[in-house]
Amino acid sequence: MKYVDEYRDGELAQGLAAAIAKEARPERRYHFMEFCGGHTHAISRYGVTDLLPANVRMIHGPGCPVCVLPIGRVDQAIRLALKHNVILCTYGDCLRVPASDGLSMLKAKARGADIRMVYSSADALKLAQENPEKQVVFFAIGFETTTPPTAVAIKQAKVMGLKNFSVLCCHVLTPSAISNILESPEVRKLGTVPLDGFIGPAHVSTIIGSRPYEFFAEEYRKPVVIAGFEPLDVMQAIRMLVRQVNEGRAEVENEFSRAVSREGNLKAQNLVAEVFELRRAFEWRGLHTVPYSALRIRGGFAEFDAEQRFGEDYVSVPDHKACECGAILRGAKRPQDCKLFGTVCTPENPVGSCMVSSEGACAAHYTYGRFRELPA
Amino acid sequence: MKQNYIRPLDLKHGRVDMSHGSGGRAMAQLIDELFAPLLGNDYLAQGNDGSVMPLPDGPGRLVMATDAHVVSPLFFPGGDIGCLSVHGTINDVAVMGAKPLYLSASFILEEGFALADLKRIVESMAAAAREAGVPVVTGDTKVVEQGKGDGVFISTTGVGWLPAGIELSGNRAAAGDAILVSGPIGDHGMAIMSQRESLAFESPIVSDTAALHGLVADLLASGVQVKVLRDPTRGGLGTTLNEIARQSGVGMMLQEARIPVQPAVAAACEFLGLDPLYCACEGRLIAIVAGEDKDKALAALQAHPQGTGAAIVGSVHEDPHHFVQMTTGFGGKRIVDWLTGEQLPRIC
Amino acid sequence: MCLAIPAKIVELLPDDQARIDLGGVRKEVSLALVEDVAVGDYVIIHVGYALTKLDPEEAAKTLALFAELDDEARAAAMAQA
Repeated sequence: MKYVDEYRDGELAQGLAAAIAKEARPERRYHFMEFCGGHTHAISRYGVTDLLPANVRMIHGPGCPVCVLPIGRVDQAIRLALKHNVILCTYGDCLRVPASDGLSMLKAKARGADIRMVYSSADALKLAQENPEKQVVFFAIGFETTTPPTAVAIKQAKVMGLKNFSVLCCHVLTPSAISNILESPEVRKLGTVPLDGFIGPAHVSTIIGSRPYEFFAEEYRKPVVIAGFEPLDVMQAIRMLVRQVNEGRAEVENEFSRAVSREGNLKAQNLVAEVFELRRAFEWRGLHTVPYSALRIRGGFAEFDAEQRFGEDYVSVPDHKACECGAILRGAKRPQDCKLFGTVCTPENPVGSCMVSSEGACAAHYTYGRFRELPA
Repeated sequence: MKQNYIRPLDLKHGRVDMSHGSGGRAMAQLIDELFAPLLGNDYLAQGNDGSVMPLPDGPGRLVMATDAHVVSPLFFPGGDIGCLSVHGTINDVAVMGAKPLYLSASFILEEGFALADLKRIVESMAAAAREAGVPVVTGDTKVVEQGKGDGVFISTTGVGWLPAGIELSGNRAAAGDAILVSGPIGDHGMAIMSQRESLAFESPIVSDTAALHGLVADLLASGVQVKVLRDPTRGGLGTTLNEIARQSGVGMMLQEARIPVQPAVAAACEFLGLDPLYCACEGRLIAIVAGEDKDKALAALQAHPQGTGAAIVGSVHEDPHHFVQMTTGFGGKRIVDWLTGEQLPRIC
Repeated sequence: MCLAIPAKIVELLPDDQARIDLGGVRKEVSLALVEDVAVGDYVIIHVGYALTKLDPEEAAKTLALFAELDDEARAAAMAQA
C-alpha cells in the first residue's frame, strides 16, 4: 500500500532508533505525551517502545474519544434505543463501552434494542431513508476528524427533508483537552507528571491545521510536533521533540507535512461551523467538566438534535470508585498502577473505557505490552 | 497483577451476547464455566477440534467432530454455507490425523426461505462432499417460524478413522518446535466482511474454504514429526495459537514478516481497523512440528495445491505465562493476545 | 484516535462521490470535505469521507528525513542490524 508501507520500514526504523539514542542526552530524561489514541495504538502494535532509549518515555494522553465518553452518554444512547425504540447507529468502537446497570450497547442489543454498527454517518442516513416508519439516531462521537462527516450528514438530511433522522452529538475538541492536561495540578504545580512536549494528533490536524497548537507552545513553553500515523512518523516526531528540548525551543513543528498545513481544511472547518456550536461545558470521563470543550447542534438544525427530539437529558454517572481511567487519561498514572487492571478489569470485562477502546492506554498495554511487566 | 484472572460468568442474571460466539476468550469462558462442568467427561476434556474415542476391538480409534454454521451472508465470494459446513467438519476430523469417512447434516430452515436458495446450498454441499470423497449419510430437517432463524442454519457432524501411532493434540507443542501455516491468513473473514451491509467494499478477496484432509495426509506421510494440527477458524491465527499455547503450557514467538497475508486482505483490514491475525480462515492449517523437521514440513505443504503459500512463521519456547509473542515487521515486540469478543471495525 | 488511511482516487462519481482503491480493495467515499481532486490523486479516508489530499512532494521529503543520519548514527545502526 503506497504511502503506508514505506512508513513502516524496519530498516529505516533501526536508523531512526540509533539517531534518537544519539541525540537524547544521557544525563536527562525525556517524557513526551502522545495525545492521540491512534498514536498509542501504533506505538503498542509496532513495539516502538523497544526502539527508544531508556531515558525517552511516552505518556499516553486522552485523545481517545471512546475513552473520554462518560458513562452517562452511553446511558443516553441506550435509553434512546430501549425506551424510544429507535434504530441506534453507532461506530463499532462504542459497542462494548460499559455503562450503567451492567449494560453496554452490545448487551442492550442482547436485550432487544435495535442497535446497528455503521462504518460511516452516510450509512446512518441511508438507514433513515430505507426505514421511514422508524426513527434513526446516529451516535456521533469523535474529535475534530470525525465531526465534519457528521456535519455533512446533517446537512444532507436537511436537504432531503428527512423527518426520522437525528444525531446524539458527543463531538469533543482537542485543544481543550490539551489545555486541561497542561492546567492539571499534576502537570502545572506538582510536577508529578513531567511533560517535556507533545506529539500532536495526525488526522485531527489535517482538519484544524497546525495553528491551534501554537498557543500551547507559546503559553506553556512545551514543544509540539504533529506526527503522521505510521510508526516511522512517530519516531521521527520523537526525534524532533528531543532536538527541540535539547535546543531549548518550544515550537510547533509539522512532521505530517504530506497531509497537514498550518490552516488545515477550511472547507471542513466551515461546514462544521455551519452546523455546530460550542457547548458551554461538557463532562469528559476522567477530566470531569471542561468548559467549551464540545459541540452541540446549532439552532438552525435543531430538528436533527436527538437530545431535543426525544427529551432525553444527560445524567452524570460517577465512575467505579477504584477505576483509575481519569488519572490514566491525564497521564498521571499508568495502567499498571490501577488496582483493577488485569484482574477485575480486562478487555473481556472492562470496568472503564480505557480498557474497552483498542487504543485506550489500558487495552493497548494489556493486549500488546503486558508481557513487559512480568518477571521473566 | 493476578495472572489469568477472569471475572466469572453471571449464571443467574447474565445473557448470551455476540461475543460468546466469536471464538475468543468469551466463548472459551462460556464453555469452561457452563458447558464443561455439566457435560464434562474425559473426551470433552481433550479440548481439541475432534474427540478421539477407543473402539471395542483393535488399536484404531474413532474421531468425531461437530460444527454448526450460522454464517451470514449465506452466499459469499468463494463459497456458501453449504460447502463451508462440509469443509469445516471434514477439517476438524482431519486435523486429529484421522481419515474423514462420513458426515451427517441437519438443517434448521426458516419459514419463508426460498427453495431456489436452498437448492443452491444443497447442490454446493453435494459437490463439496463428492469432491472430498466423504458422503453425507444421514440428516434431518426442521422448520422454524419466520423471524426465528436466519434463513438457514446447518449443523454437520463427521466421523473418521484414526490408526494407531498418530497422536495429534493441542497439548503436544513443546519448546523447540516450529510453527507453520499452510497459506495466507484472513481470506475467509474478510470475504465475509466485504459483504456485510454498511461495510461493503469491492475486492478480489475470495474465501479460502476447502477440505484439507488430502493436505494433512501428505504431511503425515512425509515422515515429519507433527505434534499439533489445527484449522484457525473463528478467532483466526492469533486466537488459535493462544489456545494451543494454553493447552500445551508453552509460549510462542512469531515473526510478523513471515506471516503470509494477501495484499487485498491487508488493505481491507487497514480500512476497517481490523487485524488479519484474528480474521477467520476456512481452508488453512496450523502445523506445529519438531524443530528439526521444519524445512521438510514446509516442502511437504508447498508440494500440495492447497499448501503452495505455506510458510514457517515462528517457534515454541518455554514460558510459564503462555504468551504468544511476535517480533513486528517494524522491529519491536508485542504480544498476540486472545481475541476478546467479535472483532469490530473501528473509527479510532 | 482517528483511523484514516491514504487511498488512490480511481474514478469520480456523481453527487460528490468517488471510488478509491487501496491495495486492490475499492470503496465508494464522499468528497464533500475536499476540493479539486482528480483521478490519480491520493486522499486520506476516514469513516467513508476524504479528509484531505496527500502531497506527494512532502511525502517524499518526509521519507528522506527518516533516512537522514549522520555518519556516527549510521555506523551504530549498521552495527546493530
